[in-house]
Amino acid sequence: MKFLKFLIVGILFGIILVKSEAVSWYRIFEMFKFQSFHMYGIIGSAVGLGILSIYIIKKTKIKNIEGTKIEIPTKDKGFVNYLLGGSIFGLGWALAGACPGPMYILVGTGVFSILLVIAAATLGTFVYGILKDKLPH
Amino acid sequence: MEFILNPWPWYVSGPLITLIMVLLLLFGKNFGMSSNLKTLCTIAGADKYSDFFKIDWRSYKWNLIVVLGAIIGGFIATQFLSNDAPIQLSSETITDLKTLGFVNPGNTLLPPEIYSWDAILTLKGISILCIAGFLVGFGTRYAGGCTSGHAISGLSNLQLPSLIAVIGFFIGGLLMTHFILPLIF
Repeated sequence: MKFLKFLIVGILFGIILVKSEAVSWYRIFEMFKFQSFHMYGIIGSAVGLGILSIYIIKKTKIKNIEGTKIEIPTKDKGFVNYLLGGSIFGLGWALAGACPGPMYILVGTGVFSILLVIAAATLGTFVYGILKDKLPH
Repeated sequence: MEFILNPWPWYVSGPLITLIMVLLLLFGKNFGMSSNLKTLCTIAGADKYSDFFKIDWRSYKWNLIVVLGAIIGGFIATQFLSNDAPIQLSSETITDLKTLGFVNPGNTLLPPEIYSWDAILTLKGISILCIAGFLVGFGTRYAGGCTSGHAISGLSNLQLPSLIAVIGFFIGGLLMTHFILPLIF
C-alpha cells in the first residue's frame, strides 16, 4: 500500500508527459531549433512555479507525510562534470528525442524499439560507473 | 472531454510537472528519473565491478514504482486520452524535417525514420538508437542528473550546478540538432 502513491504519481507523470507532447522526438527537435515556444513554456512554467513552491516549502517549513522536515539536497560543487556530462547527455537527448523520464513512458505508448535506447542508457550508466574515477570532475 | 483528448497546452502541462515534483517532496522523496538507470545497474550486479553501484537498491524501489506508473500512464494517455491529432509543429520545423527526409513530421509521437522496426533493423538504425541511449545514460550520470533532476528540481531549488548542467544539455542538443543530424539524415 505504501507504494500505491508512487504508482499514482508515476501514472500522472506518464499521462502529463504524453499529453504535453514532451515525449515526442519532433518536439525536442523543434525546441533545439528554437522554432516553437511550446517546450520552453513547459519547462519555464514548471521551473517558475517550482521556484515558488520550494520557496513556500522552505518558508513555511511544511513537513512531509513521514512527519519529517522536507530536505531538498543541494548539488555537489563542480563544473567540468556538469558541463561535459550535460553536453554528452544533450547529444543523446537530441538524437534519441527522449530523456530518461520519456524513455520509460514511451514503452507504455507501444513504441517497443525504445527498449533498445533504455538498454543502451543502462549500459552507458554502467560504463560511467566503471570510468568514474578516471574522468575529470 | 475535448480538452482532455486534445494535446495539452504548455501552461497546463508545465504546472502539472511542478505538481509531480511537489508531490514527491511531500512523500519524502526527490524527483529524478535517471537515478533509476543506476538502480537497474545495481540490480543487474554492477556492484561487483564498481563501488559506485554499491547502493541498497531497495531504498530506491519507490522510484522504480514511479517508472512502472509512468509506463502505465503512457499506455492510458495513448489508448484512452488521445484523439490521434497530429502534433502542431511549427511550419519551419516541418519544412526542415522534410528537407532532412522525414516524410510525415508530427503524425506520430516518434519518427518512423528512427523508431520503426524497418529502421532499426539496419546497421545505421540500430547504431543511432544504441549510441543515443549510451550518450544519455553516460552523460546523465556524469552530470549527476537529467531533465527532471537538474532542469526541473535543481533549477527550482536555484542550484548553480544544475544551471551549468542545463547549459551543457543545450550545448550537446544544439550541436546534435544543427550539425550532426544533417550529416546522419
